[in-house]
Amino acid sequence: MAHTPAARIAVNGTYHDYNGDPRRSLLDFLRLELGMTGTKKGCDHGQCGACTVHVNGRRVNSCLSLAVMHDGDEITTIEGIGMPDKLSALQKAFVEHDGYQCGYCTPGQICSAAAMIEELKADWPSALTEGVASNPVPSDDELRERMSGNLCRCGAYDNIIAAIKDAMGKEVAS
Amino acid sequence: MKAFDYARAADLPDAVGSDAKLIAGGTNLLDLMKLEVETPDALLDINRIGLDLIEPEGDGLRVGALVTNSDCAADARVRKDWPLLSKAILAGASPQLRNKATTGGNLCQRTRCGYFMDNQSPCNKREPGTGCAAQGGFNRIHAILGTSDACIATYPGDMAVALSALDAQVVIAGRSDSRTVRVRDFHVLPGDAPQHENVLQPGEVITGVTLPAPVEGVQIYRKVRDRASYAFALMSVAAVIRMDQGRIAHAQLAFGSLAHKPWHDPRIEELLKGETPTPALFDKAADLLLEDAKGYGANDFKIPLARRTLAAVLAEATGV
Ligand SMILES: Cc1cc2nc3c(=O)[nH]c(=O)nc-3n(C[C@H](O)[C@H](O)[C@H](O)COP(=O)(O)OP(=O)(O)OC[C@H]3O[C@@H](n4cnc5c(N)ncnc54)[C@H](O)[C@@H]3O)c2cc1C
Ligand code: SF4
Ligand code: FES
Ligand code: FES
Repeated sequence: MAHTPAARIAVNGTYHDYNGDPRRSLLDFLRLELGMTGTKKGCDHGQCGACTVHVNGRRVNSCLSLAVMHDGDEITTIEGIGMPDKLSALQKAFVEHDGYQCGYCTPGQICSAAAMIEELKADWPSALTEGVASNPVPSDDELRERMSGNLCRCGAYDNIIAAIKDAMGKEVAS
Repeated sequence: MKAFDYARAADLPDAVGSDAKLIAGGTNLLDLMKLEVETPDALLDINRIGLDLIEPEGDGLRVGALVTNSDCAADARVRKDWPLLSKAILAGASPQLRNKATTGGNLCQRTRCGYFMDNQSPCNKREPGTGCAAQGGFNRIHAILGTSDACIATYPGDMAVALSALDAQVVIAGRSDSRTVRVRDFHVLPGDAPQHENVLQPGEVITGVTLPAPVEGVQIYRKVRDRASYAFALMSVAAVIRMDQGRIAHAQLAFGSLAHKPWHDPRIEELLKGETPTPALFDKAADLLLEDAKGYGANDFKIPLARRTLAAVLAEATGV
């Protein structure tokens, strides 16, 4: 075997060295090596979004990435977004609006929504619009399109959208 | 997943000529490695070789091979002068996937044929000489144009369909020199060797895509699929249409998910040029497109679907 370069990965601000099997996905690294089980495995094939985390601020599917590829990267997981004693605004809104039923897709939904809000601020376009920076809280259809990378098997979509809108509205108001 | 050696390329010369399988975003390759459809002995990570910028080139633009789909679609120059490309990218995959997917990897993504991906059915693409389970099988997503007895799979992507309509070029670095291939010639028909999907030779690396000078006109990407988002195309149309005094002055068209490559038929563009747009004209255009179309049962519907989608796009573009 050729030498596998070590990867030094910052997860929620703490550095971890990874020297193991290069087959390890970023998702399994988080769950199995670090014991951070907030990030979920739904499909393991990029089809559901349950494994969404931020890599250097951008949302990605951690199941379709190798841990060794993340040398020098900063990862943020749901644990880094907020814990029960200190919930983020999005997390509070999900609780208030019942933005889930079983809760399995929820960490991915929240990580995804947090990054989506930044994409909106950066005026990224979507399949529906040419950018909506001028509109602080976009339409439901716009949010659904931008959240389409996260499936919810329980079908809690209406409440998920309500939670995201509420959190975005509060951010605008503050 | 089969075991493999992993290494990182430091720069382009490191990557060119390598026997290892290149990995960029990994969103297609790792998916197929998990299924053991792809079983490379060695992976070479090209994410740190640069080539991640979008820069002017002549009157056009050069999009580096490692530019993510998200960055390309959000680029102000792309949105202003080549909106078709931005629209096609945004019609594909999901925001999370587009954040990882790269220009080079997207071009090289493999077919979504279920028999290719199941890793056990007869499949000439995965294991040459074993047959094609899709013929006589479940072939709803399969090709109706340019098929062969060996394979009826489609190239499933969206970005390359826009690049074909725009007549962009793929820039490729090889062991001895670099070359440029039109996107229209980059992907190949299956013929009797469906294991080959494009003209890349072993050791070659895509360094980028160049967009020619912007063309005036309405730019439309219309994708028909089973759900509103996050699904591959059943078929798609990429169109650039310019009108002049009630007539079609210029047309560039390409079609997705109808064939093993983004489909481009210059005869359609010629036919439309100089004509007054009418439903009858659109029908003639569809006649040309579908002249040799062949359904395989479950995908027969793609023939009338392609006709109607082309007509709808032309009507929208010309204001009929
Ligand atoms: C659930 C799901 C839904 C999707 N939906 C869509 C969709 O609707 N539309 C769509 O178009 N796509 C869709 N995709 C596919 C996605 O766009 C591709 O997976 C992605 O573009 C591949 O890019 P990558 O950088 O991740 O490639 P990788 O997976 O890293 O590589 C893919 C291939 O390209 C080769 N390669 C990569 N870079 C280079 C280079 N510079 N030179 C030479 N070879 C190279 C690799 O060796 C490999 O063979 C979907 C994918 C998933 C998982
Ligand atoms: S259509 Fe092509 S990819 Fe699908 S089973 Fe037949 S040979 Fe394989
Ligand atoms: S587990 Fe990664 S997308 Fe489903
Ligand atoms: S709450 Fe159960 S999958 Fe979304």
